[in-house]
Amino acid sequence: MLIEKGTFVRIRKNLLLPNERIKTIPSETAKVPFKMWIKGELLEEAELFEEAKIITATGRIVSGVVKEKTPRYKHSYGDFVEEIYQIRKIILNEMWGDFDDI
Amino acid sequence: MTFNIDDLSKRKNDIVKKSVKIDYNLFENEGIGFDYEKMMSSSGLSFDDVRQIQLDSGVGNTPLRELKNLTRYARKFSKKGYGARIFIKDEANNLSGSFKARRAAISVHVAKKLGYKGVIAATSGNYGAAIAALAARAGLKAIIVQECFDSRNIAQPEILEKARACESFGAEVVQLSVGPELFLEFLELLDKTGYFNASLYSPYGIMGIETLGYELAEETLILTGKYPEVVVCTNAGGGNLTGTARGLKKAGANKTKIVASSVNLEGLHMASDTDFNRKSFTTGHTGFGVPFAVNPDRSDVPRSAARPLRYMDEYYTINQGSVFFITEALAVLEGYERGPAGNTSLAVAFKLAQSMLEDEIIIVQETEYTGAGKHHQPQLSFAKSNNIELKFGDVSEEVPGKNIVFPYSAGDIKIKEISVDKLRKSYLKKYKDVDLALLDKKYLCEELNVPLEKLNKLLADLGGDYERKKR
Repeated sequence: MLIEKGTFVRIRKNLLLPNERIKTIPSETAKVPFKMWIKGELLEEAELFEEAKIITATGRIVSGVVKEKTPRYKHSYGDFVEEIYQIRKIILNEMWGDFDDI
Repeated sequence: MTFNIDDLSKRKNDIVKKSVKIDYNLFENEGIGFDYEKMMSSSGLSFDDVRQIQLDSGVGNTPLRELKNLTRYARKFSKKGYGARIFIKDEANNLSGSFKARRAAISVHVAKKLGYKGVIAATSGNYGAAIAALAARAGLKAIIVQECFDSRNIAQPEILEKARACESFGAEVVQLSVGPELFLEFLELLDKTGYFNASLYSPYGIMGIETLGYELAEETLILTGKYPEVVVCTNAGGGNLTGTARGLKKAGANKTKIVASSVNLEGLHMASDTDFNRKSFTTGHTGFGVPFAVNPDRSDVPRSAARPLRYMDEYYTINQGSVFFITEALAVLEGYERGPAGNTSLAVAFKLAQSMLEDEIIIVQETEYTGAGKHHQPQLSFAKSNNIELKFGDVSEEVPGKNIVFPYSAGDIKIKEISVDKLRKSYLKKYKDVDLALLDKKYLCEELNVPLEKLNKLLADLGGDYERKKR
């Protein structure tokens, strides 16, 4: 997929490969690369998952692999959590005493 | 490799010095210590200046409110005549939604005054949004460096929300995978951009919180006719506690007991790629609280201004499930929807209040904003998706990273004391084989808030060369 110049994208870059990481870290961390993600505007048109350059919000030019075009915010309030509902019932019952009747 | 580790490590002190314009050498004593108060006053900003800067920045003067329903709830589990009045300083009312704006206001003010074009902060927490918001007002650029993703590219929802907040204020957010190499990228960015290092641990980062302690002392006096008996601070990097305690003293509240509180994350390694998403608190936990207390200078400046052992009277930990429980209670009994991490101190205060007298005052000195990702609902939903078991039971049996245990009743919330003497000894370990001069000992007495006799006893308990020489 070709993405137009000027499009807002998210890129990823490996800053350190596993063998370049500092030595004092836990083994599970040491065996994976140290990665970075940054958002910005594409300076030239680019393919998704290909190397490209962006200009960031502070005007820095950074290169990396294009991971996402017009990235959306994916965090949310999540799924229903039954335990919170139970906690709420405990609190209201202990405080006001009549929640069991509802 | 995209940066030169050896080169950056070698130039670390120069880069940091240029980025905060503080010559830390000026405060060094002969021997092991440094002049803390000299460093704190080196900025030339008076306490009144700090207050004025915050006022001009839309920061501070947050309301102190009595939590009458939570107090009543706590008294249901107290002996007759017990159950202190619980008050909360609603810091979520600050610009950007947390007390961190107080720290950011001063750092950004100084950066602007010194002519920097931008500011950088390494933080996955509320401080990022605070710096971004204050920088936006000052017309400065901002870069926030976050530890955010594990190697599966899965991020903590709480940190994603903070990234969104930073971006909403126009900041650039640099997101990294798990690992202490964050500091190298941070140095690289400081070096390349020449921006100001808005360190949480500079004198500015701590002076900004002194107003919080000062305000709450004054407000408690107006509302109740006396200073509070106890103030509970959520403790991570130590700045919140340090600044609050200093502010209380400035106001004259010298007898107020300063209590630290952290979420217990024992057993989870902070630099572990696999543990990263197995926790449900990204700050306010023991993974920061304990190491920063016993070794404050492990921060991003040569001498940290956050030195909690100078002020801490007691330290308690609490399990994740109890903090979520109290976060829900704050919402359904008091109508405050606030972020869980900031409620760590509330959960501890709820328990401590039960063993205090009815006419005593216990203050919870912060709240933080809440939103998608950064709320007990998504955080528990995320825990479930990472195969963390959620259950009701004995809260002391919670195993961080494996399960989250909620109490069956608010009366079953438990706290665990960390001995402050144990922390002091841990702090002293690196000096156990050092020949300490009187000046060094004087410094250590200040650092650990103990008289000389007690210091000698703590050192003696550690054994080592110190003890052998004495014999």
